[in-house]
Amino acid sequence: MPTNRRLTPEEIKQNLLAAYPVKVARKRAKHIVINDPTPETMPEIGANVRTIPGIITQRGCTYAGCKGVVLGPTRDIVNITHGPIGCGFYSWLTRRNQTRPTSDDDDNYMTYCFSTDMSEENIVFGGEKRLKQAIQEAYDIFKPKAIGIFSTCPVGLIGDDVHAVAKEMKEKLGINIFGFSCEGYKGVSQSAGHHIANNQLFKHVIGTDDTPSDGKYRINLLGEYNIGGDSFEIERILSKCGIDLVATFSGNSNYDAFANSHMADLNVIMCHRSINYVAEMMETKYGIPWIKANFIGAKSTAKSLRKIAQYFEDQELIERVEQVIAEEMQEVDRVQGAAKARCMDKTAMLFVGGSRAHHYQDLFAEIGMKTVCAGYEFGHRDDYEGRRVLQSIKVDADSRSIEEIHVTQDPDKHNPRKTPEELESLQAKGVSFKDYQGLMIDMDENTLIIDDISHYEMEKLLDTYKPAVLCGGIKEKYAVQKMGIPCKQLHNYDYSGPYAGFKGAINFYTDIDQMVNTRIWKLITAPWQAHPELIATFAKEA
Amino acid sequence: MLLRHTTDKIQERKALVVNPAKTCQPIGAMYAALGIHRCLPHSHGSQGCCSYHRSTLTRHYREPIMAATSSFTEGSSVFGGQANLLESISNIFTVYDPDIIAVHTTCLSETIGDDIAQIIAKAQADGKIPEGKSVIHANTPSYVGSHVTGFANMVKNMVMYFSKSSDLKREQINIIPGWVEPADMREMKRLTTAMGIKTVLFPDTSDVLDAPQTGRHQFYPKGGVTIPQLQTSGDSKATISLGEFTSLPAAKALDAKCKVPFHSLDIPIGLTATDRFIQTLHDVTGAAVPDEITDERGKMVDIITDMQQYFYGKRVALAGDPDQLIPLTEFLVTLGMQPVYIVTGTPGKRFEERMSEILTDAVPDAKCKQAGDMFLLHQWIKQESVDLLIGNTYGKYIARDEDIPFIRFGFPILDRVGHSYLPNVGYAGGIRLLEKLLNAILDRQDSMSLEESFELVM
Ligand code: SF4
Ligand code: SF4
Repeated sequence: MPTNRRLTPEEIKQNLLAAYPVKVARKRAKHIVINDPTPETMPEIGANVRTIPGIITQRGCTYAGCKGVVLGPTRDIVNITHGPIGCGFYSWLTRRNQTRPTSDDDDNYMTYCFSTDMSEENIVFGGEKRLKQAIQEAYDIFKPKAIGIFSTCPVGLIGDDVHAVAKEMKEKLGINIFGFSCEGYKGVSQSAGHHIANNQLFKHVIGTDDTPSDGKYRINLLGEYNIGGDSFEIERILSKCGIDLVATFSGNSNYDAFANSHMADLNVIMCHRSINYVAEMMETKYGIPWIKANFIGAKSTAKSLRKIAQYFEDQELIERVEQVIAEEMQEVDRVQGAAKARCMDKTAMLFVGGSRAHHYQDLFAEIGMKTVCAGYEFGHRDDYEGRRVLQSIKVDADSRSIEEIHVTQDPDKHNPRKTPEELESLQAKGVSFKDYQGLMIDMDENTLIIDDISHYEMEKLLDTYKPAVLCGGIKEKYAVQKMGIPCKQLHNYDYSGPYAGFKGAINFYTDIDQMVNTRIWKLITAPWQAHPELIATFAKEA
Repeated sequence: MLLRHTTDKIQERKALVVNPAKTCQPIGAMYAALGIHRCLPHSHGSQGCCSYHRSTLTRHYREPIMAATSSFTEGSSVFGGQANLLESISNIFTVYDPDIIAVHTTCLSETIGDDIAQIIAKAQADGKIPEGKSVIHANTPSYVGSHVTGFANMVKNMVMYFSKSSDLKREQINIIPGWVEPADMREMKRLTTAMGIKTVLFPDTSDVLDAPQTGRHQFYPKGGVTIPQLQTSGDSKATISLGEFTSLPAAKALDAKCKVPFHSLDIPIGLTATDRFIQTLHDVTGAAVPDEITDERGKMVDIITDMQQYFYGKRVALAGDPDQLIPLTEFLVTLGMQPVYIVTGTPGKRFEERMSEILTDAVPDAKCKQAGDMFLLHQWIKQESVDLLIGNTYGKYIARDEDIPFIRFGFPILDRVGHSYLPNVGYAGGIRLLEKLLNAILDRQDSMSLEESFELVM
């Protein structure tokens, strides 16, 4: 007899696994954990390992993480996809990275798709000649200041050496040209591509322009990609506070800012997953400390601003930041209150990306909505359990193929922005450096955390929890909505946004309020389907 | 300017494609496979391709696009993908229970050289394919052809895997509709039903990719050609193959395999292509054309005669796929318009041949390019502008920069709805196209005219 008793998390988990073949169930079991937010007793989650073939995954490939995510938002590099046409076509403008050229003459190639469109002949005889020719043509027509080359799956297999081609053409043309070995199979998800992008940016671009930048409080923002204008909103807030942004990796960015980014005094990380490598390497080489921040959610935005101000230990800045927060929070509070009244106690599930499934819980909490389960598409254990587990993560064969570059202190450019004593005293005041505590610590006990969720599991969970909203990506969007549950896309924001910062929070409250409360969800069933017995009676009498 | 680096100075390019007017084979195979009832498409390669194809189809249809992937990693790239495919097959049947899995390859598995037929045979031998279920495949290397080729390859292999001939010939014909929208396939079926003709139409994405909102996600929606239907295609009286690029390979295969004669036509877009379609249906089956259809035709012609003046001489640029562009261009010529620039990314000399047949007399200075790209099209427009641009959503960047009225047509359409619900084919589809063309032209006239010559009645 089915009862109305609520299933325990363990039962839900077992239900999810029940449909799988034994071997699959055994593997998936490691990726589904019942949360315990206490660090000492927190369970270990399986993450950043191969997706099981045939399972229907949310994940994409290394190329997507490299070309699409990290390099995609930079406007003035000509990014040539080396491969057959598809990969380049699909990554053409589809991520909604916005950019704002500074003038009509400022280069902007983001609306363009460049590809070598390899043919069978290139696959058989090699594509290096074609690649060189393509670079030459791109140079002749566009005269860009830099060209990036992105390898797709077949390239690695046929043995094209994109780095050698890049080097040769760089010498020939006198502009910066660099390659990325980001073939789709290089890792288990987009995440490998982030790492590869970080490495090459660090090797070829960052630190190549030593022009001192102006401003008193100079920071870089890392892991913010300007989806729907998020970077614009953060830029607005920072400039209101008097904080100078040297470079953003990579929302609304340009090549020169990357080259000059080592002149900043603090690295502020938004998406830890995709960019922590650059922060780590910059710290070692140039002595720039990094902190984790989050501009998603009004409270988190305020907290992040305070953290930055504290870092600079300047009373004027601290006061300015407080003033900005107070000003901005007025409108935030007003809209938040209204949305909260309509959204209170509704539930959300978040399965997306490598940081958003965590960050967006703050926004939901601000309107009284609770996250009942969550997980990343391509997060690693540290994104779930916190960086404290870094040492204990086993490096498997799939991750080993990604280059780990060995970075040392730059003899000329290394300049520790803070002394160890200063860092320690800041740490004591609550500014934690090099630290990300992950998603699990912020989620309730007994919530389900699921890594690399399969489509099957997602539908099953929707049936079980019947949340008011699920956050996912485009591939989930309409399947979820067909179940009568609104799906908020958190890769592209459903073509809305920005959602970052104070104005972004306001947009999000309004969008979620609209989404979960719109009338149409109540009109899915036709009247004659809702009361079939009435119609039947009428038909009989007639 | 959105495309600020595009100028009218055309430099020859041999290796660099800029702003493609095509994409890769597997997405076409995936779309075709969705037109089989209870079919789960499967992408054999790294998971990125599958993710991209699903995303693009999802954006175009705003419907769930379910498909699985072999999720290759470096190991599979070195040792081949057999283990991944075998594992996929058994996981898919256990978890998602389709009637059929349609495997297509990717550049990666093609470059490795995985022999899919052999792997499927092995899956069969190992008992990984449950009784009554099927696994089919198509080779879809993206370094050959385009998304159109992938669609054609999967449709052809529906024939190779399923069509059978028995002694019993059936009073039915096959229609291979080409890469058209669910609404177009539905419209073709409406027309043949009105003529009382029994058909097997494959693939058929109607009621798959335009599924209703019911509050339940039907993993396999009710539409799609069924396997028994596909099997009987070998016993049909004839095949009508629509589109040389997308449908002809399947029609030829069916002729070779089961001796079903075929008639190769254009997709019935516009007046004369639809006339040929209906006439051929009549000729092949002997079925009378009902007044309902003749009247529809008359209504379409009526609109053209009424509004002829607005079409006349308008310069049009088009980008898209060969099988659509050929009848569409012919239609524009029928209307008295001037299709001056036409680009497809799909390679194939046949495209330029057909275009020159259509355009030599009507628009002698038209420029037409196969294996071209949108960058070239834009450069032509920069040299001498047009009154109208027709293409997929990517065209809107050109349209905005050059301030040209724009009609969305083709694949993908990422920013509007309607294409999956309302047809472009047949006379009904023709009326819809006419409405779109006129709206674009007349809205433009309204917004550009001087106040003193602003027209109430047009
Ligand atoms: S690798 Fe080939 S199949 Fe995959 S997306 Fe790229 S072009 Fe298409
Ligand atoms: S071919 Fe490789 S690089 Fe291209 S989309 Fe597929 S997995 Fe990604």
